[in-house]
Parts: sequence; C-alpha cells; structure tokens
Amino acid sequence: MTSLTAKDKEVVKAFWAKVGGSAAELGSDALARLLVVYPQTKTYFSHWKDLSPGSAPVKKHGATIMNGVSDAVGKIDDLTGGLLSLSELHAFTLRVDPANFKIFAHNILVVLAINFPDDFTPSVHVAMDKFLAALARALAEKYR
Amino acid sequence: MVVWTDFERSTIENIFSKINYEVVGPAAISRCLIVYPWTQRYFGGFGNLYNAAAIIDNPKVAAHGLVVLKGLELAQKNMDNIKATFADLSKLHSEKLLVDPDNFKLLTDCLAIVVAAELGEDFTAEVHAVFQKFLAVVVASLRKQYY
Repeated sequence: MTSLTAKDKEVVKAFWAKVGGSAAELGSDALARLLVVYPQTKTYFSHWKDLSPGSAPVKKHGATIMNGVSDAVGKIDDLTGGLLSLSELHAFTLRVDPANFKIFAHNILVVLAINFPDDFTPSVHVAMDKFLAALARALAEKYR
Repeated sequence: MVVWTDFERSTIENIFSKINYEVVGPAAISRCLIVYPWTQRYFGGFGNLYNAAAIIDNPKVAAHGLVVLKGLELAQKNMDNIKATFADLSKLHSEKLLVDPDNFKLLTDCLAIVVAAELGEDFTAEVHAVFQKFLAVVVASLRKQYY
C-alpha cells in the first residue's frame, strides 16, 4: 500500500538516526507550533489548562507524539501492521480528523528544517514527506 | 479585507529584510520540484530536471526562484491590497500558464520550510504563524481569477 521505496526507507532511517534523542524536544516544538499556527487544532485539547508553547502538557504530549514517530521509523517496513493499535486509538477514542495529520506533518518538517538546516536537504525532505504521509495513512486505517 | 496587526506587519517586514532572496527563492522552488515532482510539468522548457542535483544546479530554476520571491516581495510591499496587486498575476497563472492552483500551496509549504531553515531560532511559533497567514493570503489572491 505504501509507496516508500527501499531508498526512501534508507534515507529516513539515516536521517532519523541524526535526530536521535532530540526527538522529544522537536515534538514539543512541533505541537506548540500546531496550536499557534493552526488554532483550530486547539479544539482537541480543551482539557488542558495551558495551551501555550512552553507549557507542561504541550511539552509532554509533543514528546509522546514524536516518540511515536520514532517508533514508526523502526516499523517502516510495515506501518499499517505496526501502527494498528495507534490507529484504533485515533479512530475510536481520539477521533482526530485525519486532515490534521497532514498539518502536523508540515510542522514536523518545519521543525526539522530549523534544527537540521544542512542535513535536511531536498532529498531528505521528500523521503520524510513521503514517510509522514505513509504514517498518516496507517494512522487513518481504522477510521472507516 | 485582510486585517494585519502591527506585530504581523513588522514581522513580515522583518522576515523579508533578513532573508537572502538569492538563496531562498531558488531553494524553495527547487525543493518544490524535488519534493512534489509533478510540479515539473510547468517547467518543460527548463532543461535538465532529471534528479535533485540537476534541479538544484539548473540556472533557469534558480532564476525563476528569484522571480517568485520578487513577486512575494511585491505582496509584502502591498500588504493591504494583495488581492488587487495580484489580479494580473492571477490571470496570468490561470489563463496563460494554466497552473493548477493547488500547486500554490505546495510551493508555499516549501517556502515556509526554507525560510524556517534560514531564520533558525528566530522563526518562532509566532513568526511562523504570521508567515503562514501571509502566504495563505498570497495563495488566495493568486487563486482569485480562476474560474
């Protein structure tokens, strides 16, 4: 189902190795940006007291999400299978409109560009964009 | 009628004063052609677009990147009336160049990423939000004359 070539997977894994432990922090930044740049996404977090960029729930949740992405890199050969329970969570419990996955992916790319200006080349960009799109598809698998 | 706060105006002015047009323009358009290869359909006369390296080295691509960025600068200088300022450009893209307007978003996504890389830490969430708003207005103005 996925259109990730062997080369794409190689590029993603190699680049993600560079991201390494900073994933959590990058996730927090990406989530913070989501809430500021696309305020309609705040509707999913009405249960948090503080939605501002440095706040504790934003930091924690951003890290959770990005750790999920790191995990997905490890499951790149079978995203649909590997992300099954996460898909069920998003489909039945969280019910996040899948259009938001695309927006979040864009923010991840922005954050990567800021933090890895030399490594985030156009070739890495296209592989990561494809990977995040495949991830989003796997996440939306159980929706209907 | 788009309403711009003082913060938004100064932020956009700031961005344009900080970025290097010769770097950002070419980088954004070459990224667009690489990440979304179907956009190459509009550049048949540009010569070698065979792979990422060729696109990045292509002088016509680079020159066009600068043209695009100058267009954005025009929007920045006419922030209160981007729609009217871009009326002719919109007609050009729709009637002569026949560009699918969905492609505009692809290019502006690449622009956001390239400017983010240029500005680094200065590209805070607030600055990012303002820039995306500006780009959204530009895209809407370019889409305006399509029927």
